[in-house]
Amino acid sequence: MTRRQRGVDVLVVGAGPAGLAAARGLAEHGVGVVEVLEREVVAGGVPRHCHHRGFGRWGVTGPQYAARTVEAALGSGARVRTGVTATGWAGPLTLDTTGPHGLERITARAVVLATGARERPRSARLVPGTRPAGVLTTGELQQAVHLHGQRVGTRAVVVGAEPVGYAALSALRRARVTVVALTTDQPRHQLGRASAVAARIGHGVPVLTGTTVAELLGRGRLSGVRLRHRDGRLTTVDCDTVVFTGDFVPDHELARRGGVALDPGTRGPAVDGAFRTGVEGVFAVGNVLHAVEPALWAAREGALAADAVRGFLDGSGPAPGGPAIEVAAPLRWVAPNRAVPGVPVDGFVLRTAQALTRPVLVVTQDGHRLHRQYVPRRALPNRTLRLAGHWTGKVDAAGGPVRITVGGLRDGIFGAATE
Amino acid sequence: MTVTTKGPLSPKGQLSPRPYDVAVVGAGVVGTAIARELARHPHLRIALVEASGDVGDGTSKANTAILHTGFDAVPGSLESRLVREGQRLLSAYAAESGIPVETVGALLVAWDDEQLDALPGLLEKAGHNGYDAARIISADETRAREPHLGPGALGALDVPGESIICPWTTTLAYATQAVRSGVDLHLNVRVEKVSSEDGAHLLDTSRGALRARFLVNAAGLNADVLDRLVLGSGDFTVTPRRGQLIVFDKLARDLVRHILLPVPTALGKGVLVAPTVYGNVLLGPTAEDLDDKTATGTTADGLDGLLTKGRRILPALVDEEVTAVYAGLRAATEHDDYRIRCHEGRRYVTVGGIRSTGLTASMAIAAHVAGLIAEADPGLDLKDPVEPLPVHMPNLGEAFPRPYQRADLIATDPAYGTIVCHCERVTRGEIRDALISTVPPASLEGLRRRTRARGGRCQGFYCGAAVRVLHEGRGEWGPE
Ligand SMILES: Cc1cc2nc3c(=O)[nH]c(=O)nc-3n(C[C@H](O)[C@H](O)[C@H](O)COP(=O)(O)OP(=O)(O)OC[C@H]3O[C@@H](n4cnc5c(N)ncnc54)[C@H](O)[C@@H]3O)c2cc1C
Ligand SMILES: Cc1cc2nc3c(=O)[nH]c(=O)nc-3n(C[C@H](O)[C@H](O)[C@H](O)COP(=O)(O)OP(=O)(O)OC[C@H]3O[C@@H](n4cnc5c(N)ncnc54)[C@H](O)[C@@H]3O)c2cc1C
Repeated sequence: MTRRQRGVDVLVVGAGPAGLAAARGLAEHGVGVVEVLEREVVAGGVPRHCHHRGFGRWGVTGPQYAARTVEAALGSGARVRTGVTATGWAGPLTLDTTGPHGLERITARAVVLATGARERPRSARLVPGTRPAGVLTTGELQQAVHLHGQRVGTRAVVVGAEPVGYAALSALRRARVTVVALTTDQPRHQLGRASAVAARIGHGVPVLTGTTVAELLGRGRLSGVRLRHRDGRLTTVDCDTVVFTGDFVPDHELARRGGVALDPGTRGPAVDGAFRTGVEGVFAVGNVLHAVEPALWAAREGALAADAVRGFLDGSGPAPGGPAIEVAAPLRWVAPNRAVPGVPVDGFVLRTAQALTRPVLVVTQDGHRLHRQYVPRRALPNRTLRLAGHWTGKVDAAGGPVRITVGGLRDGIFGAATE
Repeated sequence: MTVTTKGPLSPKGQLSPRPYDVAVVGAGVVGTAIARELARHPHLRIALVEASGDVGDGTSKANTAILHTGFDAVPGSLESRLVREGQRLLSAYAAESGIPVETVGALLVAWDDEQLDALPGLLEKAGHNGYDAARIISADETRAREPHLGPGALGALDVPGESIICPWTTTLAYATQAVRSGVDLHLNVRVEKVSSEDGAHLLDTSRGALRARFLVNAAGLNADVLDRLVLGSGDFTVTPRRGQLIVFDKLARDLVRHILLPVPTALGKGVLVAPTVYGNVLLGPTAEDLDDKTATGTTADGLDGLLTKGRRILPALVDEEVTAVYAGLRAATEHDDYRIRCHEGRRYVTVGGIRSTGLTASMAIAAHVAGLIAEADPGLDLKDPVEPLPVHMPNLGEAFPRPYQRADLIATDPAYGTIVCHCERVTRGEIRDALISTVPPASLEGLRRRTRARGGRCQGFYCGAAVRVLHEGRGEWGPE
């Protein structure tokens, strides 16, 4: 079994917004051979099949955005190789690949993991019932409709009322599928106001809150879903299609197989503010760190990581190893989740497990308050919550873990840090 | 080579003047094994008829995929003998046909004193079943052998011969070999009525009539119904016993080294944790007696119960992602043993009550049934079987090189280097091969069982639409 062996300077896995931005940032600065591996036939990542607008400021659609980022990366001199999958590790900075031209073993001076995220399918959500055709995730739906023009069904229920649920709605409309309902187990939807109004009023789709999918029905093809409502009542909705949206999980397989430690909260690689994982020379960026954030955010991380990788390659980067950053309930996770003492960070993303009205986020280390930030809106589960990062300069390298908590009213008035 | 999926069985409504020598009803692992066995007699005209659009679409696709040693069977029973023989036959057949098998061994872990006390009896029973390699091991050894086991294991019975196998390629290998040896496989054929005509069986089916001199009932959950159609009465009733299972992600595979069997007690067989040859981990099955022979759905209670049990056996397992949930129905009867009966005068064999060991025993059941037929109907001449041409099944097992790992294969055809399903690393070449194979898949589900495409952790998020394109475009590759 022969593998061609070769070396590059930086190997980026995944040509989505994050990986492409990282590659561009590296190649632009003349970091030798920068190669991006993409297992799909076309580079660009998830935006390729997000046909709605909302990628960038000027009403750019996903495919337009994807094409631009690919062009920009190529223009910078990075190599983008599509149809090539990184299948595993042969050493700390050596990856095995499979492609139509054969097997390779590529060793790099630094590796950037940008493998993205996916939605949990029905099975992973433990939804009981039969296993008929017609059960999709948004990712599959979008590809079926936008990339392949496939017929999907006639009547659909969309599970989940986060922004991605709205993306599912628009793909279903394009496929001429009647959407019977949008359901969410949350007490309220998490669509933006405009999307919610558009869904309900514009398209006449009821949004059923406090509702879980109790069972899938039908053999061969889906014939309906049984819904359990807040009051325990069960109803059956006839439909031949159900789309499970949201509930994103990082695609961390390659990271784990490479011995990269995960953060228990995000389930993505644990990284510090310089996107360094626990394995020296291995970086991670984009949705593999924190499931779904907008493409621009993923790309921004890629660009920042490029700086960090350059620092690593020329030895000018900060010393590795800072205290862990932890969250307390009702916060679910934070990314990055390790501090780099002395180095300000662009910002953090967090998630909360329950709705919080104008919360105050309090950052402490060993009882000292490092930062306090008022969030001027409601924070909702599965929606981005951002925290500024300038305070990381104040972190004590030798100190205990940094904690992020939701401050109480007293904190708001008296400015005291609460645990 | 004939596989038919639609249209009347007898063209122009005319029954062929010569009936089939044997018709086998049901193309599960048992029916396909029987058809393959009989096909070793090239002069016989054989029909294999199946109600579903694919082979192995009933219980045979949804089990725990263990190749049993039979150590715990009821000593002296037909099942005990056929499981033991079947294990030997199928092991050899798998090695020759490329069906993945891994002899990982089983540990029956005792979690309380009652279970610990039951181990010596089980050891003795294994001996009565002709299995001598089992032994009892201490709590420490148990823990050393399974470091991720939950707290409280008191010891275990070590059964080194227990193996895991791929049930899908097993059934498919039998069917492929049967068809290549001349068996007519008729899919989408539900047998609705059976009468006799000029000494032959006349089967009325959903695709018209078919005649056969000898009839074999391998209808699984419906074997009792078919018995009544043929005999007017039956000597058993099938009660579907549902088994729900959870398949965990491949990243969980390192958590478990053996098949972790429960110690059977008065309360039944219980829930196991087992690796699969595909590199996943199974948790299950439940055991629920039902009335509905189509109730292959999972339930919230069933899945909850499994997670509770799984957490005790292997706590880290339940933190891993779930890849799939499914349920299968065992063909349980009021009897303790297989119900294999030959009705000589009627030239009819019933292969019923093949509950929870049919995959393992399949080849031995087939040989046994061929013997019964030979005795009952000397006119069929079942002497001197010939060896069929070997089949080579595509490898779905992680312990053996898969096409995406093979430079030699990719060099001959780049399609084997083009990964379509990323989670399971299924290539375009494998999908194409399945679509033009002797027994091609009827649906995406059938394609999944032949290649694993769409069967991984993302369940189609990444590859679903692309796999569908290949499946729907199968015409491009043309029939074989
Ligand atoms: C349904 C949906 C709708 C969205 N809508 C919007 C929106 O309207 N606006 C917006 O700004 N953002 C949107 N997003 C989010 C946006 O798409 C993501 O933030 C962005 O794509 C993340 O970029 P990424 O590079 O981290 O990951 P991805 O875009 O997921 O890219 C990861 C890439 O890595 C490749 N890869 C993975 N593993 C390997 C391997 N082993 N070998 C080779 N290649 C590999 C994958 O094939 C993929 O191309 C949406 C996301 C989804 C899922
Ligand atoms: C949860 C579970 C776990 C198990 N674990 C194991 C294990 O680990 N190891 C093991 O060896 N065994 C195991 N088994 C048992 C094994 O799966 C079965 O014994 C075996 O699959 C039975 O095969 P079969 O061909 O008899 O039945 P089936 O696979 O059900 O085939 C019968 C076929 O007959 C067809 N049919 C029915 N009626 C008609 C009709 N009127 N006309 C035409 N066609 C008809 C059906 O469509 C079906 O395809 C398990 C079973 C279950 C349910």
